[in-house]
Amino acid sequence: MAALLHLNGVTLGFAGNIVLQGVDFTVDAGTITSLIGPNGAGKTSLFNCITGFYKPQSGSISFDRRAMLPLKPFQVTRAGIARTFQNVRLFRQMSVLENVMSGQHCRTSAGAIGAIFHLPAQQREEEKIRAHSVECLRFVGVGQDEWERDATTLAYGHQRRVEIARALATEPKLLLLDEPAAGLTKGEKGELVELITRIRDERKVAVLLIEHDTGLVMRISERVSVLDHGTIIAEGIPKDIQANPKVIEAYLGAEDAEAALAL
Amino acid sequence: MAAGKLDPRPDAWGRLATILDTPAKRGVAIALILAVMVVAPMAFGQYATVILTNALLYTILALGLNIVVGYAGLLDLGYAAFFAVGAYAVGILTTTFGWNFWATIPLAVLAAMLAGLIIGGPTLRLRSDYLAIVTLGFGEIVRIAARNLDITGKASGISGIEQPWLFGWHIARPVDFYYVFLVLAIIGILVSVRLANSRLGRAWLYVRHDEDAAEAMGINRVRVKLAAYVIGAIYGSIGGAFFAVNLTAISPESFSFKQSTLFLMAVILGGMGKIPGVILGAFIVVLAPEVLRDFGSFRYLIFAVGLLLIMLYRPSGIWPAGSKR
Amino acid sequence: MTLTTLLAQQLVNGLVLGSFYALVALGYTMVFGVVKLLNFAHGDLYMIGAFVGFLALSLVAGTVGTSWLGVAMSILLSMLAVGFLGVVIERIAYAPMLKAPRLSILITALAVSLVLQNGVLTLTNGQVVAMSPTLGFAGFDIGGVFINYKQIALAGTAAILMLGLEMFVSRTQYGRAMRAVSVDKDMSELMGIDVNRVIAVTFFAGSALAGAAGTMAGAYYGSVWYFMGFLIGLKAFTAAVIGGIGSIPGAMLGGLTLGLLESFGTQIPGIGSEWKDVFSFSVLILVLVFKPTGLLGKSEQERM
Repeated sequence: MAALLHLNGVTLGFAGNIVLQGVDFTVDAGTITSLIGPNGAGKTSLFNCITGFYKPQSGSISFDRRAMLPLKPFQVTRAGIARTFQNVRLFRQMSVLENVMSGQHCRTSAGAIGAIFHLPAQQREEEKIRAHSVECLRFVGVGQDEWERDATTLAYGHQRRVEIARALATEPKLLLLDEPAAGLTKGEKGELVELITRIRDERKVAVLLIEHDTGLVMRISERVSVLDHGTIIAEGIPKDIQANPKVIEAYLGAEDAEAALAL
Repeated sequence: MAAGKLDPRPDAWGRLATILDTPAKRGVAIALILAVMVVAPMAFGQYATVILTNALLYTILALGLNIVVGYAGLLDLGYAAFFAVGAYAVGILTTTFGWNFWATIPLAVLAAMLAGLIIGGPTLRLRSDYLAIVTLGFGEIVRIAARNLDITGKASGISGIEQPWLFGWHIARPVDFYYVFLVLAIIGILVSVRLANSRLGRAWLYVRHDEDAAEAMGINRVRVKLAAYVIGAIYGSIGGAFFAVNLTAISPESFSFKQSTLFLMAVILGGMGKIPGVILGAFIVVLAPEVLRDFGSFRYLIFAVGLLLIMLYRPSGIWPAGSKR
Repeated sequence: MTLTTLLAQQLVNGLVLGSFYALVALGYTMVFGVVKLLNFAHGDLYMIGAFVGFLALSLVAGTVGTSWLGVAMSILLSMLAVGFLGVVIERIAYAPMLKAPRLSILITALAVSLVLQNGVLTLTNGQVVAMSPTLGFAGFDIGGVFINYKQIALAGTAAILMLGLEMFVSRTQYGRAMRAVSVDKDMSELMGIDVNRVIAVTFFAGSALAGAAGTMAGAYYGSVWYFMGFLIGLKAFTAAVIGGIGSIPGAMLGGLTLGLLESFGTQIPGIGSEWKDVFSFSVLILVLVFKPTGLLGKSEQERM
């Protein structure tokens, strides 16, 4: 399997605190990888480095054999990495459909002139944007009756799905999901597992997720990396991670005793 | 109701929005308003015509500023600068260089676009508070420059600007300018509507509501903001150009911070981002001082207090929330 | 005048001017630190301070006269009044808006500024009011450079106030709380700090400083009018940015730097006094574009 995303020796610090220390990390194309670790381990910071919102002090990040570090966040997305957020960040006072359409912005190009004069190319593009967004919404299972509603009025589980649809609308090669199962019911988590699997199988998109629900992680992942205090302490298939003494210790040492027991 | 929360369905304005709920009804309403506007000069006389012309000018400028503030969410406190660039470009080119008015318009617009790019380019990535003050500073720079340069006539400004001819029609009387501004306003509205319902218009809203999420969706927020700023500059300069020939004389006082705040008030009072509201705001800003004429300088205080109250209790202006953009 | 005396004179002028800027910039920066808002109305508090000072001086004229003691009392009264006004404004206009979108709170601040300006405009009918303390024009001469007592008093008072503020921030409990809130408001709340109180105290202190500066300006320049806050607001903001927004020593440094820049800048042939403001605004824009964290500011990595 070709390495799609590769981090090499990434080190990140803020105001004297080291958040990530010499992180080496890989995601292969067409796979589902999970990043787990106790609270405060630096997982979201790692996401932010990958997506270009944080600039690490040293190390390198390559994606699809391109160097990612000099890129601004919007360029990272255009290169093919999309994400969702830990706290759902849909655009307020805009409809579900408009939210998803934002993902298509970077794949289209009509500007002010096209808009003002309703040029045929612009009209065709608007059609394409709409059609693609609708397709993404159908894919994640959000029904047509919800498309025109204010996105923030939807049920929480549906909002999460809309966020995923929005990320998929950017036509990514790699999708980063930040705690997608947080706040979901057991049934919704099952649907999430199914959705993520379909994203990999039907859309051929690699998925990297941060998740605290270790049961879900072990069910769905092909690879698991464990981050603790800014370093990768273990990496491998779920079975091996579950048995890894270093991992168990990292969790017991933190407040996540429950998670350790679940392992 | 606490400020900042989504506005619940409001009072009398809400009823208006529910009455005009189908496109057909809205079409009739628009036709009626247009009809009134067309016959207004005959019906209301010369004084009213001049006032209404001013209201239409403010409408054009408020529409432009609305793109900057209402759509893209950039607080521009120096919008009068673009108004000034347009007016002075026309003034200088026609009086000092003897150009034909119509030939000056593309140059006036270009000058404003350039100014927008030069100022906006490096500063639009700043956070909103800083940007507000930078735009304020820019507005002041333009005004002070106009007041101190020879080519702009220093403090006395430029006078004797020739009024234009169009296919044998001399646009000189108040009623002539009324219709010119009416046409410009209609064009301005149509352009705004088309922009609002486009990829660019949506991008403005994404950036305005959540910059970082917008960036994460692959939107180049600086470029999007710059587009809004430059388009706003175009509106401003066109308004300024026609303002110059309407008055035949311009001076730096017309382009002060006070002016910029009046444009801003027009945008906010009516409801940021909603076109019918912006038009209403422009009319209020122009007509209210006429109504409150006896109050003298007190009327600015009333405006200011009104603005404060609106921000505290109805931050999306006096137009109902949820109405069509 | 020889070149050195000219430059030395400008140095003195610059330091005096810089003291005003520093005092007002301090208020800006302190408020920004705790509520992350640029209070547009801050410059107008300076203006109100000037008017209050004028009124106070007339009030005490009968008892302590209008000389140094009278002026000092006016400054104190002004500080109290404007400080109090600052807190009132914060409670009424800003506190309810803290959860609102950024744009809304900025416009609210603008609205407050306009209310203050137009309020005073209405009351004074836009006229420039003369303030006439009897401080005399005496001073002394150092090698051709004339420094009058008013300038010394001004710079001295400003220095005392700034020193007082610095001690307040670094030595007292409130000062520590203020610093905590400006670093992390939510965390401070969790640690039991009464954030609302701290914000109120910050507004009081910052506004009081602006009020003092306003009164001193009125006494020094002899005139007050409704629009005098506008320009100083912009200049003070420039000063705060030069020094690094959010940094108290930065505001002091920035204020003095701007004062000196303006003073020396107006001596550059071609600039003169009409272009002085354009010069300052250009400095502002350049600093924001090339070094937005200023001289002493900390760089923000404010992201998710």
